Amino acid sequence: MKRSWNPRIWIGFVLSLAAMVSYPTVFARYPATRDIPWVTLLLIALGVFLVASGVARAFRRPEAYRGKISGSILAFMTVLLVGFFLVAIFYGARQIPASHGAPQVGQIAPDFTLPDSKGNNVTLSRLLDSSFSTDEGPTTGAASDKTAAVALIFYRGYW
Amino acid sequence: MDTPQESQHLRETAGYTFPILSDAKDEVIRRWDLVHPRGGVDGADIARPAEFLIDSSGKVLWVNLTEDLRVRARPEQVLQAFDAASVSNQRSE
Repeated sequence: MKRSWNPRIWIGFVLSLAAMVSYPTVFARYPATRDIPWVTLLLIALGVFLVASGVARAFRRPEAYRGKISGSILAFMTVLLVGFFLVAIFYGARQIPASHGAPQVGQIAPDFTLPDSKGNNVTLSRLLDSSFSTDEGPTTGAASDKTAAVALIFYRGYW
Repeated sequence: MDTPQESQHLRETAGYTFPILSDAKDEVIRRWDLVHPRGGVDGADIARPAEFLIDSSGKVLWVNLTEDLRVRARPEQVLQAFDAASVSNQRSE
């Protein structure tokens, strides 16, 4: 009897890879699938299950299915890559230093002046004192001409 | 971290109208204790993620210091903090 080829192993491997690649490129863009990466974890679980069941049947019925050697190699690579990925997103992403000296609620934010993207200096205290404006001109329809608050977002760059 | 030129490119391609400032010498992130040492490309010191809402007197109304790079403040959270600030602003007037 000719041994049939064992597609579960390959489909599972490709699915696991696709799950890991699609997290940063697609699912991390949306908070609902980023903060708790449930789509990615489901895809990985399905991929790992397919690889495992493919390898299991290659060993249990070697006369019917191929994949004892290639399947073992792919299963090892799947476990290794999935392991790296899970460590990166659940452990690596949390390795940021705590901030003890950042201004807390109720404290006065230290003033600063920094250049904007056109090289103009922007001073926090002057921003707070002015009415908010954008490239399109001052915000219209504001009930009061004074700034209610300024949202200040520190981000890491490389966008 | 990004230079003003890179930030301008981001503003144009993404259509952002708010100002993006560039802290090239890490002065502000040091003073605000928001440095992530060697967190950037080639071991550069960059900012840890942080979001603040500051009222017109310079007081911090709301702050979010995440412990997970993947989990940042969502736009709705910032808008809610804005709304809360506007309400208390009106009350005090």
